[in-house]
Amino acid sequence: MKRILISLWLVVTLVISFGCERRGVDGTDGDSGPVRVGYYGDLTGATSSFGQSTKNGVDMAADEINKSGGINGRQIEIITEDDQGEPNKAATVVTKLINQDRVHALLGEVASSNTLAAAPKAQESRVPMITPSSTNPAVTQVGDYIFRVCFIDPFQGEVMAKFAANNLKAKRAAILYDFNSDYSRGLQQFFKKSFTALGGAVVEEKSYTQGDRDFSGQLTAIRSANPDVIYVPGYYGQVGVIANQTRQLGIKAPLLGGDGWDAPQLWELGGDALNGSYISNHYSVDDPSPSIQKFVADYRARYNVVPDALAALGYDAMKVLADAIRRAGTTDRQKLRDAIAQTKDFAGVTGLITINTERNAVKPAVVLRLASSRFVYETTIYPEGMAPPAGSPTGD
Amino acid sequence: MDTFVQQLINGLNIGAIYALIALGYTMVYGILRLINFAHGDVYMVGAFAGYFLAHQFALAANPTAGGLAIVMLGSMIIAALVGMSIERFAYRPVRKYSRMTTLIMAIGVSLLIENLFVAQIGAAPRAFPDFLGSQSEPPFQLFGNAAISKAQIVIFAVSLGLMLLLQWVVYRTKVGTAMRAVSFNLNSAKLMGINTDAIIALTFAIGSALAAAAGILTAQYNPNIDPLMGILTGLKAFVAAVLGGIGNIPGAVLGGLLIGAAETFVVGYGQSIGIASTYRDAVAFAILILVLLLRPSGLLGSTVQEKV
Repeated sequence: MKRILISLWLVVTLVISFGCERRGVDGTDGDSGPVRVGYYGDLTGATSSFGQSTKNGVDMAADEINKSGGINGRQIEIITEDDQGEPNKAATVVTKLINQDRVHALLGEVASSNTLAAAPKAQESRVPMITPSSTNPAVTQVGDYIFRVCFIDPFQGEVMAKFAANNLKAKRAAILYDFNSDYSRGLQQFFKKSFTALGGAVVEEKSYTQGDRDFSGQLTAIRSANPDVIYVPGYYGQVGVIANQTRQLGIKAPLLGGDGWDAPQLWELGGDALNGSYISNHYSVDDPSPSIQKFVADYRARYNVVPDALAALGYDAMKVLADAIRRAGTTDRQKLRDAIAQTKDFAGVTGLITINTERNAVKPAVVLRLASSRFVYETTIYPEGMAPPAGSPTGD
Repeated sequence: MDTFVQQLINGLNIGAIYALIALGYTMVYGILRLINFAHGDVYMVGAFAGYFLAHQFALAANPTAGGLAIVMLGSMIIAALVGMSIERFAYRPVRKYSRMTTLIMAIGVSLLIENLFVAQIGAAPRAFPDFLGSQSEPPFQLFGNAAISKAQIVIFAVSLGLMLLLQWVVYRTKVGTAMRAVSFNLNSAKLMGINTDAIIALTFAIGSALAAAAGILTAQYNPNIDPLMGILTGLKAFVAAVLGGIGNIPGAVLGGLLIGAAETFVVGYGQSIGIASTYRDAVAFAILILVLLLRPSGLLGSTVQEKV
């Protein structure tokens, strides 16, 4: 009898709570009540630095908007989910955000493999999604509701190839990439294509997987090919160790990388072995432009660390979304999608953001040099057809 | 030639780590006929114990070789206690049931430890302090391009020392004689007045301490430690133990070195015969399947019912 009563009580409370929630949600769907934005990212997994930084940027942007009166009088409510850096979990939490939390729009992920797993869910339900920093081209090809505010890997690979060939005068490059990462494989292909087109030769290609703890086998093979530069388009967890083992094998060629290196933990893992390496990235904290310096100062005041590029992109993604909602005047999914697609010359921290017909942002990239646990600005490389603005060496 | 020698050094270096872990698998199997799947996680616990000790006693700020010795000893003691607790609270209560129960318990303990660590400290990689300064110092040149770093020398020296020590304990001491007696026949050993529970606990303690040493040594070469680091390494060490003949101590060392070398050669030379470097993990398990098919008792194991 007791058991029946307990189960009855459970059923009743469940029905009531679901009923209430659904009613509440329906009541606020439309053009009043808070704007619900779902954020998903890796908050506890192997790339948690990415997810945490992006979340910091998103939260800061949302707070700024809310403090200045919200979007058309509506406050932003960020609903956060942790996907632990695993593609299948990313798909699960996004399904939850769409169906249970009924979000109006989604922001996330950093790692392309995770975004690629989650994007089809957003596309199916026609919920607009902006990825702050997934650079693999396939991400926005999932469908017309998927956008990004960063450049894509063909460009990022080309930037490093150009820098290696033109600035470092490298003729022979070796590549060491993460075999299971869409991001890393994309960069490997595009770097190779651009570098050979510029007259260089890729003399050795080796791969690893995220679980690998020893890279000396690959690095020894690379050493015997005697490259001028080694391109390592991976994530910080492995890259720090790779840098370490490169120097332990006595290899002196500089390492080149992408935005996946950008995390405070990189320095702990790689230390001095990283000195003299170069990466391509979305922005530089050294940029003197007032909007960047204000962002860096505000971010430091709030979180007590220097914002990495992922924080800046998270911030920009939230601002671009807010701008689109303001212009659309509604959170109606179709109209919001169209408004995001029409984003033009939006002044973000990471540069002017214009969404092109492939729903990607066209932006310049910066090359940063690694020296004594710091990223030092080296140069800016513009995409084909985009001229450097006069009087601004860093493109802002 | 120098590339070949370099790959051999690299391979034997990882192999030495596998060997240290494989010893724990093989000793426990020899005595209890149990594959202790939580052993790879004890290796991880050892690395983290070292990490926290180094930070607790401010050894990380001013790293020296002496600091490394203290950290290693401390983490070996902690891991030994962890190993003994696992045996006491998880395996001993179910020892009287079928072997399958203990095996499932081992898998459960392994998952418990991993997820406990993920929940408590997060899965993000942490950087183990570089006690030997091998991050900034150039390696010692042997000939041509072949070089060996300080961390590699320490890994070889310490693991060799620990293996010789273990050999001495097992074959030259009273406790070792008791261990061999228990592994030969637990009930007879009990009748002879051997405190079998104590001997089993000691076996777990020794195996776990060796795994912790392996954890600290790897972290000198690869400073990236995370709560799931023991899964793949543990499995490969298990393959090494099977390859050498599970239950056989010299076999575990031989198996470890062979797996380490095989893996590195696949990465280094595989591409020229059409095997991508990503097959390194597959190789260890291909070896496992081949051994089980062709020589189930392993390279040094005997086919008779004899253990250790």
